[in-house]
Amino acid sequence: MFDRRLAVNFDWILILTVCALAGIGVLNLFSATANWHFSATPIYMKQLIWLGGGLLLVLLICCFDYRHLEHFAIHGYVVTIGMLLFVLLMGKTSMGATRWINLGFFNLQPSEVIKIVMILLLARIFGRTAQPEGYSFSELWLPALLLLLPFGLILKQPDLGTALMLVFISLSMLVFAGLRRATTLGLGFIGVLTAVLGWFGLHDYQRNRIQTFLNPEADPLGSGYHIIQSKIAVGSGGFLGKGFLQGTQSQLSFLPERHTDFAFSVFAEEWGFAGCSLLLLGYMFLIFWGIYIARRASDRYGMFLAIGVTAMIFWHIVVNLGMVIGLLPVVGVPLPLFSYGGTSMVTTMVGVGLLMSVSMRRFMF
Amino acid sequence: MGLDARWTELPSVQRRFLLFSAAAAVIFLMLGLRLWYLQIINHEDYQERSVRNRTRVLPLEAPRGPVFDRNGQLLVDNRPSFQISVMRQDVEDQQALLQRLAELLEIDLPVLEERWREGRRFPIYRPVPLATDVSRDLMERIQEHGVELPGVLTEVRPVRDYLEKGSAAHLVGYLGEITEAELIDDSFGSYQAGDYVGKIALEKTFEPYLKGEKGRRLVEVDVKGKLLRQLQMESARPGNKLYLTLDRELQRAADQAFGDQSGAAIALDVKTGDILAMVSRPTFDPALFARGIASDEWKGLLNDSRHPLQNKVIAGQYPPGSTFKMVVALAAQREGIAGSHREIYCNGAFKIGGMRFRCWKKSGHGLTDLKKALRESCDVWFYQVGLELGIDKLSVAAKEFGLGAPVGYPLPGEKRGIIPSREWKRARYNLPWYAGETVNASIGQGFVLSTPMQLAVMTAAMANGGKVLTPQLIERIEDWQGNVLLQPETEVVRQVDYSAAAWKAIQRGLVAVVNEPRGTGQIAKLGNVLVAGKTGTSQVVRRKSDEEEELDEEGDVPYRFRPHALFVAYAPAEEPKIAVAVVVEHGQHGGSAAGPVAKMIIEQYFSQQQDRQKEGS
Repeated sequence: MFDRRLAVNFDWILILTVCALAGIGVLNLFSATANWHFSATPIYMKQLIWLGGGLLLVLLICCFDYRHLEHFAIHGYVVTIGMLLFVLLMGKTSMGATRWINLGFFNLQPSEVIKIVMILLLARIFGRTAQPEGYSFSELWLPALLLLLPFGLILKQPDLGTALMLVFISLSMLVFAGLRRATTLGLGFIGVLTAVLGWFGLHDYQRNRIQTFLNPEADPLGSGYHIIQSKIAVGSGGFLGKGFLQGTQSQLSFLPERHTDFAFSVFAEEWGFAGCSLLLLGYMFLIFWGIYIARRASDRYGMFLAIGVTAMIFWHIVVNLGMVIGLLPVVGVPLPLFSYGGTSMVTTMVGVGLLMSVSMRRFMF
Repeated sequence: MGLDARWTELPSVQRRFLLFSAAAAVIFLMLGLRLWYLQIINHEDYQERSVRNRTRVLPLEAPRGPVFDRNGQLLVDNRPSFQISVMRQDVEDQQALLQRLAELLEIDLPVLEERWREGRRFPIYRPVPLATDVSRDLMERIQEHGVELPGVLTEVRPVRDYLEKGSAAHLVGYLGEITEAELIDDSFGSYQAGDYVGKIALEKTFEPYLKGEKGRRLVEVDVKGKLLRQLQMESARPGNKLYLTLDRELQRAADQAFGDQSGAAIALDVKTGDILAMVSRPTFDPALFARGIASDEWKGLLNDSRHPLQNKVIAGQYPPGSTFKMVVALAAQREGIAGSHREIYCNGAFKIGGMRFRCWKKSGHGLTDLKKALRESCDVWFYQVGLELGIDKLSVAAKEFGLGAPVGYPLPGEKRGIIPSREWKRARYNLPWYAGETVNASIGQGFVLSTPMQLAVMTAAMANGGKVLTPQLIERIEDWQGNVLLQPETEVVRQVDYSAAAWKAIQRGLVAVVNEPRGTGQIAKLGNVLVAGKTGTSQVVRRKSDEEEELDEEGDVPYRFRPHALFVAYAPAEEPKIAVAVVVEHGQHGGSAAGPVAKMIIEQYFSQQQDRQKEGS
């Protein structure tokens, strides 16, 4: 049964914001790959198809009451952990990491799925157990265990970016659920300790990236190349940019991975500070709107769901932008709605669908 | 849902929404500030780096400055040469392309492959030359097949063109590829590997004037260095125009007069010191060097016993022989030893300290005065006078005329010659001076050595009343707007003082040499111009027995032992304009071998003057 109220409450602002950002993203991909002549279907066209598919996914998910998902969260978690194990044992290897399951038309990345599943699961746990006085350490062993299992499996792939993303999302939801002061301090201490110990557990390429981030000019043609070229692209854009299709850094291929992780650099070069500011405002609005949806949610599960999804989008944006403008080390995190890639699009759109679902059912009790 | 409502409505939970929003806003603001820092504050720095990233500068060769004679006739120019190059970025199948090119150009495949390999030192956006200076036919053939030859270009490059071939080659010099040592040298600041620079003589000394300024093409490249398009072009500025004091027609006449003989000839303007013609034989073709000389050709030139690479006008040192006698005669008059009427009896030989010095004429000249001594080149007269004068006074007189020291030829390589004195011999050999050596020096033999250039300067000074001039080679240097950059002025090094009577006596003698019966230089006599001159025949090696020496000997003496033939002259005797010095190596007789060369130069000079006067009137 389709409730008429759903159509009335359809969140046009959310969908329009998403479409506007994704539209700019496709336009930017058109420019970023303008000098590519080797693929039959242009990259921007593929992205447009992914975007269309993603919007259908949003419609599909928003028709489905998110409250039913609460019950499937545990099953979903178990299945996804199974997939992560499967990937570790026999997944498709690419670029030194094992991340995918080949489904024929689509390379499924369980590490992407786990982000959504983790949000569903934590929303269920926090929704049921959040206390006004906040969590203490002893109450957190279950969520911690549930997080550490996939975190370890993803680290093993190895995919530090996604693993950290999972931690950021979970911590955001936890902080929102509330922590006692002592717990906050304790978690902070554990965090610092893990970072120090983790440094020694990092792969060489990961450690290189961090060293490169700290001093990119030390190896301008090697590992520092990405950051340097990206900063040149962004900085040379100036206030108004070089103009659409006029970015020399991207059009002449000085900028690496400019259709995926460094898509924003292309945009920054061609549209300048003015364009970047507008784009940042757009993303900021999306985040505010996500928090607003959480605030209006009709129940705690929906609220945590919305907070989780918003946190996921937010951290992707921050880590990606921080990387391309040289504030954070290079970790392969795409910019939602902007970087080319079906996986990122699907994950983001599933999140948007959940947000939409929560938003549309705000008056239902 | 009661629990829900209670928790959600807690002020602390409500505050969290605001806190999360605020935290997000702060983080976005930080990103914005970073963008401000990169795009606004450091914009210029990154802008510059992005320009440097994508642009490269390609040099455009500047045409080298042309060289003209004093009348504006071209001597050295540049001609366009066709070069077949390849832009590697546009080549897909290197092997197939080189194979096809090898067929079309008729060059061996390994040679092309080697050139391709050498090109690896160039950045990818620079074309690699595969064949230089190809014929127009070949160039057109390549262009016809352009479709099959992707990446191949025909470029036009300026190449030095020596219009007069080997004529005055020693003066002009040649080019060569810049060496690594020169590249490091600061004075070659703006040069690059592969550039051609002047290696000797004019091309080297006047390199800064001739080289011009390279142009630049600013091009855009992509990340692989592939050339995409031209952004900007600054044309090359050609080198300056260099006008020599040479007269092309006179130079050609001198070359022709010299024929295949070895030696040197030079013609000076007696008033200015301008070098009007300059011949050094054998010569070489500077074009051999213009695009790289083959090493066997180079060795051939180096090892040739007739020294084609030596500029004999300034670096060939010869005993001046009897041409030296005019200095002895002048000095003797100044010292009061022999006025023009001093008569000495020549019986064909001269004895001193048990040694016997012969006159070239076995039978002797009989009673001889100054004029006759010059005219018939009587050795005995000069033996006697020289001995009375003494080597030191003779030495001073000779040096006054510029002998025994560089005369100031504007290009490097000049030899000093030798004018001996007691002091010189003491310093050189730590031995005392002997009277017999004075006797030898009196006829320009023994230790005495001079360059043809010195003899010409001396002769000019004889003609112009004692002005020793610096030889001038550059008439002027002009840029393309007609501004004169350099115009050397006449330089009088020294004024040699003798009485009018003394000058007169010498001139009468020199005129007699050419114009009177029994004069040794009658071969140089001209109908319309009164020529004054002096012959000389100088020994090459001193053989063991002077007694056996027969300077006048004809016949089977091997080439390298034959004496050098010398002739110096000026004309017209009444109002001299041109002075000439000729040395024909192993030419035997000053009069017969060197005289005709001098005569033809002088003849050409005055026939040109007449032509010009006719044109003028």
